[in-house]
Amino acid sequence: MKRSLLSIEDLARGDIERILDRAESFAEVSGRAIKKVPALRGRTVLNLFYEASTRTSSSFELAAKRLSADTVSVSVQGSSVEKGESLKDTVRTLSAYDPALVVIRSPWAGAAELVAGWTPAGVVNAGDGKREHPTQALLDLYTLWRRVGRLDGLKVWIVGDVLHSRVARSNILAFVRMGCEVTVAGPPTLIPREIGSLGCRVRSSLDELGEADVVYALRMQRERMEDAFVPSLREYAERYQIDARRLQSHQILMHPGPVNRGVELSAEVIDSPQALISQQVESGVVVRMAVLYELLASGDEVSAAASGRADGAVPDPLASDPGRAVEAVRGERVAVPVGPSR
Amino acid sequence: MSAADRRTAAAVELDARSAPPACLLVRGAHLLDTRAGLDGPGDLLVREGRIAEVGSAGALAAPEGCEELDGTGLHAFPAFFDPHVHLRTPGREDEETVESGTRAAAAGGFGGILAMPNTEPVVDTAPVLLSLRERARAEAHVPVGFLAAITHAQAGTELTEMAELADTGAVAFTDDGLPVRSAGVLRLALQYQRLAGRPLALHEEDPGLSGPGAMHEGAVSALLGVAGIPSISESTMVARDAAVAGYEGGRVHMQHLSAGESVEAVANAKARGVAVSAEASPHHLALAEDDVRALDTARKMNPPLRAEADRVALVEGLRSGAIDCVATDHAPHAREEKEEPFELAPMGTTGLETAFAALYTELVVPGVLPLGLVVERMTAGGALFGVPVPTLRPEAEASVCLVDLEARWTVGETGYQSRSINSCFAGRELVSRVRLTVARGAVAWREPAAAASPA
Repeated sequence: MKRSLLSIEDLARGDIERILDRAESFAEVSGRAIKKVPALRGRTVLNLFYEASTRTSSSFELAAKRLSADTVSVSVQGSSVEKGESLKDTVRTLSAYDPALVVIRSPWAGAAELVAGWTPAGVVNAGDGKREHPTQALLDLYTLWRRVGRLDGLKVWIVGDVLHSRVARSNILAFVRMGCEVTVAGPPTLIPREIGSLGCRVRSSLDELGEADVVYALRMQRERMEDAFVPSLREYAERYQIDARRLQSHQILMHPGPVNRGVELSAEVIDSPQALISQQVESGVVVRMAVLYELLASGDEVSAAASGRADGAVPDPLASDPGRAVEAVRGERVAVPVGPSR
Repeated sequence: MSAADRRTAAAVELDARSAPPACLLVRGAHLLDTRAGLDGPGDLLVREGRIAEVGSAGALAAPEGCEELDGTGLHAFPAFFDPHVHLRTPGREDEETVESGTRAAAAGGFGGILAMPNTEPVVDTAPVLLSLRERARAEAHVPVGFLAAITHAQAGTELTEMAELADTGAVAFTDDGLPVRSAGVLRLALQYQRLAGRPLALHEEDPGLSGPGAMHEGAVSALLGVAGIPSISESTMVARDAAVAGYEGGRVHMQHLSAGESVEAVANAKARGVAVSAEASPHHLALAEDDVRALDTARKMNPPLRAEADRVALVEGLRSGAIDCVATDHAPHAREEKEEPFELAPMGTTGLETAFAALYTELVVPGVLPLGLVVERMTAGGALFGVPVPTLRPEAEASVCLVDLEARWTVGETGYQSRSINSCFAGRELVSRVRLTVARGAVAWREPAAAASPA
């Protein structure tokens, strides 16, 4: 059975908790000298990126490699996409390589769902238009959970350009699902009408920011000035920048990156101990490992059938015995020399 | 001249291929034509293309050589009229032709349609209009009237030769697909209307408010991060243009209303005596923004499916008469164009073959609107443009559809007559099926499965 991660909406709280637990077990692997387990050996993960992305594409690639999967990365540059091939034809063509999973980043909402309809592979949404970026939300939850231990009842303020932010949408849904009280705040021109229907409060000033346990600042893109959504960066920074005056000592600061220093965040808060920004980047790899593992190697059906064990015991993803891992995942005995995995 | 009079345009001529006049006795169908006071079982005789006789069930006998059809379990309505169809010809014959579009119309129970001029090239000169009329006389299964553009190339700046186009047979004028952006240009068109004499049909939208929007601005667009088209994009233009029309004493028809505020603006203008009429489409009457949550491109259209409260306001407008008629805005698109992400896909849904069934299933079966009223609104669109109202009254040119209200079918499973498959109802089970359509006195459609026995 193929499984996909297309939207935070598709995940129940229990699903999210399982991914966070799994990520924590992979964090231990990341601490090893050889940061690799053979869980996905022989499987192919295809990264299909229709938008420039540094951290998302590199962390997906690294996550797949640390699980021993083969990876192919296709970006718009240098692909047949430039020759006018439709998304459908590109996906059909690349599906001929029989990938186990397609990771798709697209400037258009719903692209991941479309891809899921066109390929027998599982699909991970790595950002679709201004809609969602579910793995970002999961790594944010993971980072915060590691820091504070409990998400229930946390007051989270998401500040900035909510209108154009897929991170905002996935994070509102994810924080709400985990029992946080979410407030979005920003210029009224950059807050979508009816965003409150996602379960958050809406504010157009930071007057009540002091109540927040977590301040999650969004990236403010310069293009938005050109589109006249805000009159100037100066006025934006004056009203909405998170700086040392606004950020209190009990509050945690998060940001999806890349940061515009001096716009949404001031330099001093970026480098403060309250900021989890570099931890968020670090979490990217282990959370994406957890997502890939959950979609491809976890679950009763896979483990029972693949391991050949009647009790359906879940294989240990952290096993460094390649022979055992191959058996567990592929369901066939393959003679593999014992030794450190490559 | 009263506003009511001005809402009815002068008579106009539609085009269709010539076909042998029907001779047909329908026995024991439920005859429903509220305007003619008919609502009960009866026999209907069509002879030499006209309604020859209407009698109680079992009362009529088939003349020699006349086809006899058992209408038991079927309803006979005046055939529907669709004042808003895109036939895509000339230019995109891969999506629809005059032949396929009118076949789709006949299959949907329509006895006549009006075609929009936003083709490639645009219907903005008499020669283009003439060639289309010629084509319709060769291949149209049901009578077609053609609209011409208000402005040259629909660019919104220079008026077309509206007087010559009217003389050449343009039923009305519209820049449909685009609004007449400048109120000044619209005013000139309304002044010139005194010469051209035909209604202006208006696509109401303020591009500045619609921006890059791809769906209704509301809870669903907020969730999906897709740019929204606010209701006021439409309603402010409806109010503006009704005011301009009132000032100039012009005659305007508001196309495909989608927002509750627009219905209100039309009702207000009517109350002030402005010669305005309005249409609503089956998709706006049956679906709402929740139906685009899965980003199905077949449900991307302009104006977009709006909030449930808007849908209810449209239904109430149809009931009250603020909305005069149903129009499908049948908009065929190539499969590959719709197989794109939602924000990239073109706007439009087909509608001719599902119009009645969608309204019957969603509004009549649940008891929201009476059947007689839906049939009235589905047959009222032509009269707004000078086409006689279809009727089952004796002497009238026969324009009749026979519908099985018990039949259930799933949209898309049985194929379409249209060349395009982009139906917003695809996959839905609908109740009621058109079995036979008589248009301009000739049998224009007969469902392959319809039982017909020669006498």
